Amino acid sequence: MENRLSHPGLQPVAPLIEPGHDDASITATVSDIVLEKPQPKAWWAVFFLSGGLLTILGLSTLWLFWMGLGIWGINVPVGWGFAIVNLVWWIGIGHAGTLISAILHLFHQGWRTAINRFAEAMTLFAVMCAGLFPLLHVGRPWAIYFILPYPNTMALWPQFRSPLLWDVFAISTYATVSMLFWYTGLLPDLATLRDRAPRGIKKTLYGIFALGWRGSARHWHRYETAYLLFAGLSTPLVVSVHSVVSLDFAISVIPGWHATIFPPYFVAGAIYSGFAMVLTLLIPIRKLYKLEDFITLHHLDLMAKVMLATGLIVLYGYASEVFYGLVYSGSEHETFMMWNRITGPYGWSYIALLLCNGVALQFLWSKRVRTSAVPLFILSIIVNIGMWLERFVIVVTSLTRDYLPSSWGHYTPTLYDWAAYVGSIGLFFFMVCLFVRYLPMINIFEMRHLNRHIRHESHS
Amino acid sequence: MHVAQVFNESANTLARASLVVAAVALIAGGGLAVALYRSSYVTQVGIAKDQPIPFSHQRHVAGNGIDCRYCHTSVETGAFAGIPPTETCMTCHSQVLTEANLIQPLHDSWNSGAPVRWTRVSDLPDFTYFDHSIHIAKGVGCTTCHGPVDQMPLTWKAETFHMSWCLQCHRAPEKFVRPKELVFDVKWTPPTDQFAQGARLVEEYGIKKEQLTDCSVCHR
Repeated sequence: MENRLSHPGLQPVAPLIEPGHDDASITATVSDIVLEKPQPKAWWAVFFLSGGLLTILGLSTLWLFWMGLGIWGINVPVGWGFAIVNLVWWIGIGHAGTLISAILHLFHQGWRTAINRFAEAMTLFAVMCAGLFPLLHVGRPWAIYFILPYPNTMALWPQFRSPLLWDVFAISTYATVSMLFWYTGLLPDLATLRDRAPRGIKKTLYGIFALGWRGSARHWHRYETAYLLFAGLSTPLVVSVHSVVSLDFAISVIPGWHATIFPPYFVAGAIYSGFAMVLTLLIPIRKLYKLEDFITLHHLDLMAKVMLATGLIVLYGYASEVFYGLVYSGSEHETFMMWNRITGPYGWSYIALLLCNGVALQFLWSKRVRTSAVPLFILSIIVNIGMWLERFVIVVTSLTRDYLPSSWGHYTPTLYDWAAYVGSIGLFFFMVCLFVRYLPMINIFEMRHLNRHIRHESHS
Repeated sequence: MHVAQVFNESANTLARASLVVAAVALIAGGGLAVALYRSSYVTQVGIAKDQPIPFSHQRHVAGNGIDCRYCHTSVETGAFAGIPPTETCMTCHSQVLTEANLIQPLHDSWNSGAPVRWTRVSDLPDFTYFDHSIHIAKGVGCTTCHGPVDQMPLTWKAETFHMSWCLQCHRAPEKFVRPKELVFDVKWTPPTDQFAQGARLVEEYGIKKEQLTDCSVCHR
């Protein structure tokens, strides 16, 4: 554990759990949010605001299905537009949850304990938002089953050589495994809620979803085995899912997309944006629900460090794009693409991207920034915007101007593009609200375990 | 900590049973959907359609020996084989069965000038650009797709017209192609050397097998 570090410079800014807690206080603090206390005013504000945005999403989606894709700004040559920008953005955001829950578990990182439940939930909601966009973008969502290799009467398989199909498998596997992993980890805590809830509908519902968990030694043994297996299953997904998403671009021959750096660069960007979103959510929530004892400045510091590291990899990706664009490729189309990115009609988005992900990121070198909630919160939002802009730059600047000047075009998102995008943010926050309200947002039993461990170490 | 029971003992059985039921429902539901889609209930294969006049191909083709093209006049030149106008029927029925109740709608049509509204038996979806003339020209016989029409007292669909069914021939036309002069022969059956003869005819008629499964051959 961190406490063992002897070098004064490596001492953490705060412990993983502030002193003064025991099993009972940890259980009460987390479960009372769900069972006892009224929700803070801010919860209601976010609930209604996101509910409103969700309504906009619903209405604009109905209109989209009624009218067709023409109400969006997409057309030849930009067939992808906001839908794919948003898909990549959301699916990337999900990756932090999987990294925290799977990889940090395998590496026995104690600091994941306070945040893994929340981050995994965030993953699920982000995958929901991501999955929504291909569904809308196909234009005929009732025929979306065509992309699956099901026994059909057409004697046809989907095109197995297309990364778009790999995407279907990658994302659906990701959604399934994340869901099961999250649910498995929830079981003991659902049982805790069942036992603490007053008799009635709540107790029954928590009881049903706790699947008869009694906390026997056999239950724990099987739980540990299953959880470890899920961690092992999820670990490759952290790398594979966004790699496959990047291949949607890299397999094609569009200038600015056809690059071997794409998979690692996308994976780093995914984790970077995911940690930014975790911070965006957890910084206000730890304050609102008075969870500063569990999600300490030490956690914020560590998450900011992960952001810094992955952000620098992303910056390296940008640098390599400039390098192969202007110097290495020797292709006039790649060179033009790079100049067009910087000085073309969408140059503003590339400059804004560099400001968000290149300049703002550098503040994370400072320990004071990493351990101050407000600046870190602002930075996390800037990074979210930056990562959205990155996908916008990749999708739109490359598609508007590829090889043939005669086929160049311009892309202007319409009101309905924005409605779907903002609406998906509404969906995300709406789900977060429901999660915070009805499920324990911190893993109670692991926190108790970690607390005993820390207390034991400090006594000896 | 002692906690009062939320559920009674039967919940254990119920939980296990629900897993089995869910698995069975998933498999059975999927199997049912797959089977139903291929069944005659959906494809209508072998089910005679109700028509305003109980027209018998058996009577006209096998009984009277009328050639397909006497009524389906555009089959060799157009995409659509053609449903005969009342005038075609009246070439005979102005003389025979002039008083029969069964064909009263035909006489009504003749008198009023409004066509008989036949119920379509073989219909392809509109996203499939099927053309009769090219199939006739390349040696695909009527009965290959429409079945033994000369034995149908009422007309039914003989094949599913699923894309997989079309592709059987589009992927291997030598299995089905017959000599052009036998295209309208309702009694034709494949000879014992169909593969050899078919392959020869595919060559002779210039059927480009490598293009036959291009999407745009049927979908534009």
